[in-house]
Amino acid sequence: MLKHLLTPLAVALGLAAAGPASAQGVVKIGVIEAMTGQQQSTGVQTLAAMRLYMQQHGDTVAGKKIELIVKDDGAVADNSKRLAQELIVRDKVSFLVGFAVTPTALAVAPLATEAKVPTIVANAGTSIITERSPYILRTSFTLPQSSVIIGEWAAKNGIKKVVTIVSDYAPGADSEKTFTEAFTKGGGQVLEAVKVPLAAPDFAPFLQRARDASPDAIFVFVPSGQGATFVKQFIERGLDKAGIKIIGPGDVTDDDLLNGMGEQVIGTVTAHMYSADHPSELNKTYVEAFKKANNGLRPNFMSVGGYDAMHLIYEALKKTNGDTNGDKLMAAMKGMAWDSPRGPISIDPETRDIVQNIYIRKVEKKNGELYNVEFATFDAVKDPGKAKK
Amino acid sequence: MVTILFDGIAYGMLLFVLAAGLSVTLGLMNFVNLAHGAFAMAGGYAALVVVNRLGVPFALGLVCAFLFSAALGALLERTLYVHVYAKSHLDQVLFTIGLVFMSVAIVDYTMGSSQQFIAIPPSLQGQVTVFGLGMSKYRLMIIVICGILTLLLQLGLTRTRFGSRLRAAVDDQRVARGLGINVGAVFAFTFALGSGLAGLGGALGAEILGLDPIFPLKYMIYFLIVVTVGGTSSITGPFLASLLLGIGDVAGKYYVPQFGAFVIYTIMIVVLIWRPQGLFVRKGAR
Amino acid sequence: MRGPDVSTSAALASAISAQFSARARWSPLEMVFWLGAFSTIWLLPEQHLILTEIVIWALLALSLDLILGYAGIISLGHAAFFGVGAYTAGLLAKHALVGEPVLALLVSGLAGGAFGFATSFLVLRGTDLTRLMVTLGVALLVREIANRAAWLTGGADGLQGIDMQPVLGLFRFDLYGHTAYIYSLTVLFVLFLLARRVVGSPFGLSLLAIKGNPLRASAVGIGQTWRLVGIYTLAAAYAGIAGGLLTQTTAFTSLESLSFDRSADALLVLIIGGTGHLYGGLIGAVVFRFAQDWISTATPQYWQFWIGLFLVLIVLVGRDRIGGWFAPLRRLADRISGWRPWRPGPAAAPDEGGRP
Repeated sequence: MLKHLLTPLAVALGLAAAGPASAQGVVKIGVIEAMTGQQQSTGVQTLAAMRLYMQQHGDTVAGKKIELIVKDDGAVADNSKRLAQELIVRDKVSFLVGFAVTPTALAVAPLATEAKVPTIVANAGTSIITERSPYILRTSFTLPQSSVIIGEWAAKNGIKKVVTIVSDYAPGADSEKTFTEAFTKGGGQVLEAVKVPLAAPDFAPFLQRARDASPDAIFVFVPSGQGATFVKQFIERGLDKAGIKIIGPGDVTDDDLLNGMGEQVIGTVTAHMYSADHPSELNKTYVEAFKKANNGLRPNFMSVGGYDAMHLIYEALKKTNGDTNGDKLMAAMKGMAWDSPRGPISIDPETRDIVQNIYIRKVEKKNGELYNVEFATFDAVKDPGKAKK
Repeated sequence: MVTILFDGIAYGMLLFVLAAGLSVTLGLMNFVNLAHGAFAMAGGYAALVVVNRLGVPFALGLVCAFLFSAALGALLERTLYVHVYAKSHLDQVLFTIGLVFMSVAIVDYTMGSSQQFIAIPPSLQGQVTVFGLGMSKYRLMIIVICGILTLLLQLGLTRTRFGSRLRAAVDDQRVARGLGINVGAVFAFTFALGSGLAGLGGALGAEILGLDPIFPLKYMIYFLIVVTVGGTSSITGPFLASLLLGIGDVAGKYYVPQFGAFVIYTIMIVVLIWRPQGLFVRKGAR
Repeated sequence: MRGPDVSTSAALASAISAQFSARARWSPLEMVFWLGAFSTIWLLPEQHLILTEIVIWALLALSLDLILGYAGIISLGHAAFFGVGAYTAGLLAKHALVGEPVLALLVSGLAGGAFGFATSFLVLRGTDLTRLMVTLGVALLVREIANRAAWLTGGADGLQGIDMQPVLGLFRFDLYGHTAYIYSLTVLFVLFLLARRVVGSPFGLSLLAIKGNPLRASAVGIGQTWRLVGIYTLAAAYAGIAGGLLTQTTAFTSLESLSFDRSADALLVLIIGGTGHLYGGLIGAVVFRFAQDWISTATPQYWQFWIGLFLVLIVLVGRDRIGGWFAPLRRLADRISGWRPWRPGPAAAPDEGGRP
C-alpha cells in the first residue's frame, strides 16, 4: 500500500526539483520578524529601517522590483522554521531576512543550506549562528564582540570584582563566557555567575543575591526590552546606593527604551556597535529620517541591522546584475564593505559575520533626553567567538 | 535572610490579594474561573492609564484600578458568567480560556505588547532602613496595604451580616437558598469584590510582577496554586498558602536559582496528592 | 442506557453481537473521507506543508478525544505528552540512537505512554478541578524541566541539530514536505484504525458507561481505575506519537511543544469538531489550521482574539446546539462515523464534565 502511494511522490518531486523560478522582474525578500510578543519592538524597529532604506533608495535594483513579504513569528522558533519553509517553497523568495532572537535563526539554518537561499541575520547575536549554514550572513552584531570589549575595558578601569547576570539562553551564555574570559585575563574576578529564566523577569531575588556578594559592578545581559525592568529593580534594591555599577553589552540601555528608564540610569557604561547619538553626518540623517517616518520613534541598534541588511541586498543584486542564484549572491556579499549609520562595517569573507567598530558609551543627558554617549572606539572588531578558532 | 523573608512576605501578600476572589468563586459556585488574572491585568492597565497619561496621583490610581476591575467584574458576571454557572466544567474551562485569550489580544492591540511601568512617586522608590535592615519602601507599602485588606476581609467575613450569608452560601448553597438568602446577589457582589481586589493587586504588583498582555496566562497557575493549596472554605487557608508560596518562591530563586520555578509546582503537586482538598481545610468542610 | 428491546438472554447476545458488527462496519462516507484525505497527496502538492501540520493537530486532538470524549477526563496539560514525544524523537535522531524514523516514532509513543501511565494515577484521583490542576501542573513542571535541562534539551534555544534519516531507509524528508505529509497521513490513518477498534470494543463501551454514570457503572461491575488508566495511557501514547511526528517532519523541536497554548489549542481543535466521534478532531484540525492561516495572514495580532471569541461563543450558545455554519460540520463528523454511539436519553445528557 505504502509503495503504491509513493509512486506519484516521485513525480511530484520531479516537478518540484525544477527549482525556485522567481517571477520575471521581481525579487522577493522574505522577512521573518517578531511583530507580536515580547520581542515586538525588535521587529518594529527592523522592519521600519528596511522600509526606510527602500523609500530612500527606490524599490528597483538592477531592473528588478524588490518586494518584501513580512511574516510574524512572534520570536518562536517553531514558527520561524515553518514560515521560512513556506516562504521558500510557496513564495519562492530569494532572501530571508530578520530573526529577532537566536533560536529563530538557528532553526532556519538547515533550510537555508538545503534551499541555498541567502539568509541575513538582522538582529540575533549569538556567535555560532553563521557557522550553522554557509548561506547565513549577519548585519547585526555578536555578543562576544561587545562583551569582550567591555570586559577588557572594565578590567582596565578600576573594576575588580563583578557579578554576572545573564538570561538563560544561548546569547546569555555567549555573553557571560566571553566577558568572563576577557575580564579575568585583565586581572578581574567574577564573584558569581547568575542565570535568570528568559521568560519571567522578576530579578529581585537574583539582584539580592548579587548585592550580597558586594561586587564593584554587575555585568548584565538581558534581551532588549527587559533592560528597563532590570534597571528599575536594581535601583529598588538600592544597589546604586551601595556603589555598584551596571556594565554590559548595550542591550540593557536600548535607545528605544532609554528615556523610559528614568535618570537613575545615568552613568551606566556599556559597549555596543550603535548609538542613536553616534556623531556622524550619515547617522544624523538616518536618525532624522527614521523619526520622521515613524512618529518620532528613536532608532535603536536593532534598526541598523535591518537597514544594513537592505543595503547588502541592494549592492549584491547590483553586482550580480539582478541574478538571484543563491551562490552568486553569496559570492557578491562576502567581503563587502560600506559606511553604515553606525560607522564603517564589512562582511568577513571567511566567516560571513560582521566586522565593525565597538564603542564604549556612558548614559548621559543631552538636550533633555537620555543618550548613550560614545567616548572610546575599538576599530574593526571581528567576532571574538570565532577569531580564536 | 531577613530580606528574603521580607520579600517573600510582600510577594505572598500580593498573591493573596490577587487570588482571594478566585477562591471565593471556586468555593461558592464551584466555578473554574481561569480568567481571574484578566481582571488583575485590567486593574493594572487602568492604573497605568490614569497615573501615567492623566497624571492622577498613585494612590488614587490604585483606587481607580479597584473600581475599574470591580465594575468590569460585575458587568461580565451579570452578562456572561451567569449563563455558564450551570454548565459543565469543560464548558467553564473553555469559556474562561476564551476570555483570557481575548483579553490578551485586546490589551496587546490597545496598549502594546511590551512591559509597562506605572510611574510610582519618588517617595516610594528606594529603600528605608529599619533596625539596620534595608527594605524596599514599595514592598513595605504592599505589606501594609495587603495586611489591612486581609484584616478587613476577615472581619467582613466573620462579623458582618453579609459575611455570614456568604459563609452560609459557601457551606451549603441549597440550604442557604432555603433560608431565604439570595445566593445569586451574594455571588454577584462577591465576584465584583474579588475582581476589584485582583485589579488592585494587578496595579500594586505591576512594579514587581510586571505588566504586559500575557499577565493572565503567566500568573494563572500561581492563582490556582494558592486556591488548591489553601482550599476554598475560608480566607485564612488561601492567605497562609499565599505566604507559603511567596516565601517559597523567593527563597527558591535566591538559594537555588537553578531550580527556581520547580519549588512551587512541586509544592502544588505534592499537596494535591497528599490532601486533595487543600492543606488548610477545616475538618468537615467541603 | 437503553439497549434494544429483548426478552431472552440468547436474543440479547445476538443483538449485542449485531450491535458490535454494525459498529465495526465502515460507512460509505467514512471511505469517502479517507479517500479524500489520501487524494490530497496528488491533488494538493503545493499544500503539503500545511497539510502535515493539520495531520499532527488531528492526531493530537484524536488523542485528547480518547480521554475527553470517551472517558470524560478534562485535561489542560495534554501538551506534556506531546512534548515528551517530541523531545524523545528529537533526541533519538540527534544522537543517532534510533535512526529510522518509524521505529523512533514508536519509541516516542512508548515514552509518551509511559509518562501517561505514570501520571495517570495522579489524574484519576479527585474531582474535575483536581484533574485540571494536576494536568496543568504536570505540563508546567515538564516544561520547566525541559527549560532547565538545557544540556539535554537545548533549553530556551530549542533542540538544535536534528538530522533526520530517510523513512524506512528509503524516503528522504524533502524541503517541499511531500515525504513528511505522506508519512504523517499514513501514521494518522493507522492510529485511527486502532482507535476505532478500541472505542468500538467492549472496553470502549465500558468507558462510556463510566463516563455516563460512574456510580451505576461500578454497580454493574465495571471497575473504573484500570480502565481509565488504560485509556489515559493509550491517549498519552498517541499524543507522544503526534509530538514525535512534529519533530521528525520539521527536524526541530522547542519548548513550544510543551506550552499551555498547545494544550488549549488542542482542546479547541477537538471542540470545533465535536467530542466523542473520533472524526471530530480530524475535522476540527482542518478548520482550525485553515482558519488560523487565513486570519493570521490578514491580521496577525488578532488571531488570539478570534480564538477567544470563538470559545466564548461556543460555550454561550451551547456546544450541543451550536448553530450556523457550524452544525453541518458536526453532523458531518457524526455521519462520517457512520454509527452513533448509543445516545443516552435526554435525562442523562452527555456531560463531558463528568461531575462527581
